Amino acid sequence: MTGTITRRDFLKATGAAMTGVAVPAAGLCAAPGEAGQGAGRAGNGSGLLAISLNVNGAERRIEIEAQMTLAEVLRGPLDMTGTKVGCDRGACSACTVWVDRVPVASCMMLAVDVGERKVVTIEGLARGEELHPVQAAFIAHDAMQCGFCTPGLVMSCAALVESKPNPSIEEIKDAISGHLCRCGSYPHVFAAAMDAAKTLKG
Amino acid sequence: MAGNELRPMQYPVGIDPAALGEVERRVSPDEAPPLPPNARLAWIGKAVPRANGHAKVTGSALFTVDRKLPGMLHARLLRSPWPHARVLSLDLDAAARYPGVRAALPIHETVGRAVPLPPPGTSPSTPPARQVLYVGDIVAGVAAATPSAAEAALRLVHVEYQPLPFVADIEGARSGDAPHVFDGPVAGDSHAGGAGGDVPIAQQGNVRGPDRSGSRGNVREGFAQAEIVVEGEFRTQVQTHCCLETHAVVADWEADQLTVYMSTQYTVGVRDELARVFGLPLSRVRVVVDAMGGGFGSKSGAGNYVRAAVALSRQAKAPVRLVLDRREEQLDSGNRPATVQRVRVGARRDGSLSAVSVDSYGTAGVGIGAGVGNFAQSIYSCANFAIAQSDVFINAGPGSAMRGPGNTPGAFAFEQIIDELAERLAIDPLALRDRIDPSAVRRAERRIGAAHSGWSRRHAPGSDAGPVKRGRGVAQSFWGANVQTNSACEVRILRDGSVELLSSVQDIGTGIGTVLAQVVAEELGLRPGDIVVRIGDTDFPAGPPSYGSMTTASITPPARNASHQVLGKLFDAVASALGAAPENLVAVAGRIATADKSRSMSFREAATHLRTERISAVASRSDDYGGFARRFGDLASARNALGGVQFAEVSVDVHTGSVHVERIVAVHDCGRPMNPRQIESQVQGGVLMGLSYALYEERVLDRNTGHVLNADLEYYKIGRSRDVPEIEVIFLENYQGMSATDAYGIAEPANIATAPAIANAVYNAIGVRVRELPMTPAKILSALGRIPQRSGGQ
Repeated sequence: MTGTITRRDFLKATGAAMTGVAVPAAGLCAAPGEAGQGAGRAGNGSGLLAISLNVNGAERRIEIEAQMTLAEVLRGPLDMTGTKVGCDRGACSACTVWVDRVPVASCMMLAVDVGERKVVTIEGLARGEELHPVQAAFIAHDAMQCGFCTPGLVMSCAALVESKPNPSIEEIKDAISGHLCRCGSYPHVFAAAMDAAKTLKG
Repeated sequence: MAGNELRPMQYPVGIDPAALGEVERRVSPDEAPPLPPNARLAWIGKAVPRANGHAKVTGSALFTVDRKLPGMLHARLLRSPWPHARVLSLDLDAAARYPGVRAALPIHETVGRAVPLPPPGTSPSTPPARQVLYVGDIVAGVAAATPSAAEAALRLVHVEYQPLPFVADIEGARSGDAPHVFDGPVAGDSHAGGAGGDVPIAQQGNVRGPDRSGSRGNVREGFAQAEIVVEGEFRTQVQTHCCLETHAVVADWEADQLTVYMSTQYTVGVRDELARVFGLPLSRVRVVVDAMGGGFGSKSGAGNYVRAAVALSRQAKAPVRLVLDRREEQLDSGNRPATVQRVRVGARRDGSLSAVSVDSYGTAGVGIGAGVGNFAQSIYSCANFAIAQSDVFINAGPGSAMRGPGNTPGAFAFEQIIDELAERLAIDPLALRDRIDPSAVRRAERRIGAAHSGWSRRHAPGSDAGPVKRGRGVAQSFWGANVQTNSACEVRILRDGSVELLSSVQDIGTGIGTVLAQVVAEELGLRPGDIVVRIGDTDFPAGPPSYGSMTTASITPPARNASHQVLGKLFDAVASALGAAPENLVAVAGRIATADKSRSMSFREAATHLRTERISAVASRSDDYGGFARRFGDLASARNALGGVQFAEVSVDVHTGSVHVERIVAVHDCGRPMNPRQIESQVQGGVLMGLSYALYEERVLDRNTGHVLNADLEYYKIGRSRDVPEIEVIFLENYQGMSATDAYGIAEPANIATAPAIANAVYNAIGVRVRELPMTPAKILSALGRIPQRSGGQ
């Protein structure tokens, strides 16, 4: 839709303005990926911004359009589509990732603003083949239906149980209060988070 | 398979596992033998973990929005900012010349809305000037190399609109001097799923109706016989589906093949639709969906945006990805229509109903079908029933089916009237239903739910002292036990002992893939994890849709029969090696054994005896053994509908008007339950969607501008974690001897009873009835007379 300016549009426009004019110029070439890497920008040569992101323990050097959110960069240039975008406005929390171990809505953070901080996504939560206790508990309790909100819910629940050994059900409800699960899997999510906390505590 | 003569077989029947009876059915020899009750099975009826659970918790599940094809372009749609306007000109030149843009097209697709009937005497060859009918109506589309280029190009499309008078509220639209949404009479399918569909119906201005089909008996005489009459007017709001994965497609038009990856509830339906629209043979269109981020009725067909993506792909000669943003999703991907229902019930002193009348109008925006379903018509015994339903057109996005279409708003009104009748008769609401409800299954559900919910502690309405008042309420579900007979799957055994199931049926999130693995594993004596389930692709045998609560009922019997048939072929191949006749072999615990277990070999070893690389069997859905109640083409309704009874416990703060749902006990039936944990997930989800409908959700349409004020997830309020009550889910095993699995659906019944159960509990808490959804604090306070009555909603 066009015609309405939202907080996020403003944020994105501001982000773009910091580095130039956000209008692609001629000579653009098609590139695979959700946010292709070929977009030029008027006013300077390449039009792309080279940044470095620490994602799941690996340093990734990529070229991005300046106005791209962390979610867009993860799903596009980095090809990590486990992080889901449900509203692109910070209202559903499907896109939750960890930035320095704190859950954040990656659709509300510009990739250029991540800086040196360490990003962990759903792809980086398990240790090799060994699932994080929250992931295992989500399977055991069937804490999902369509599964679209699941990566975000897993990231928030994992952050909670790692920082709080004995969360109460109220604390779990609070920790995921920003998440929207339209299938209504909450009761099983609560049970899974409780169970995972017990497992982590050993 | 031996001859086609039907054979008599004995099937378990009943709802009490301790006292099951038997029924004889005459079935084809192709049918798998009668399945014992769940207690005697290895996998069916067990809480087998979701097959794609690992993929979903690790982020590797592939949703449509995650699809990336080489050379894929990104499309965006230009949508009308006007609620009603004539498109005088549309100039795409600047957009088409924008760097990276590969296709730019006017888009004029009108699926989902009512279709104007040509006025007599006009030539059909002169199409009327393009009009947009609601804010968000699609005008044009562009496809470009990057999302940002597509977005930028969209801003260069020049459209000249001539704004026209519009109407965006239901009461305004009914008035004689209201602007007309359509210039003349319209017809069309009932996309909203309620009644009032594609039948010739009178139309005056924006009001199409009433449709009186479904009426029976003589209500005038019925009301004359009544000793008590209760009546009321109920209003329900527009609810939007809010699928977390917005509508999404990747369309790939190639010279000899159209492949469409799409978040859809019905791959085969979309394939058929696209083949028809683009003039392609069915064999040249393939529709694929792997993981799917919710549908709830809104992703049943191809719709306008998929047509747009396909057209853009055809023009660009490249794959095109089109994903609606959240605002588009809320404006133009369907919604549950608003209704206004005047309900009247006449009864005798003993509670028996002498007459029921329902007079309703509703709006599905520019769509048809804002009816209230068959709830009042079907759930209780009453000889005299009259219904009159009308559609009211307004300039808003078209409605579509949404979880329990028609019956969900219908139950909100009718179950409250029944509650009111019980009070007027001074009969317990459960006892009244015992009198008027012919369903033996619901009778059992009422007993169980009453015990689990503490129904006997229910007090008189509004009798709590203090400002926070507690209450209990009950309401029931009614939904057809639907079956699609055009439902098939293939089961293969490969020479290395691996097993595959193939069907186009898609997993909307209910876990049908897991259930299919359970069914095949049960029949072949393997484990569910041994079965490779390949679904969601029209290259496989055509499966059923994931709507109408019909998926499990439609596809599990053919899965079991195909397994049975392919196993017979494996028995043929190993019989001589085991020194036994094929009919004396069994498959159990990973082995093929003689019936007396004296000789056996592993399933894997047995497969090495195959003469060919693989064997396979394809089965389709047989008719229910006891026959169907009704059928229309591929669709049928089982003899016994689905039930369900829900008990709600609420507290209401009469100072703030806030309603807190503390507990729901949901007692349901779905024939033979296939996977209790997944069923529990679905029932919890149905309850929570119903709770959210009852208390929070409402699309707010500004009658002065025609704009939706909350086309987002911030101000469109949905219940979340803090609003979740304690939910106890109980379900019966209801054996009927109807198919190879005897399984039916659950999704819709789980949703239908919740809002009226909460409404009845609110009444019990405060002693005042709230007849309008959502039951916001303002409406509670208004009902209590603490703030002035406001005028009706949209």
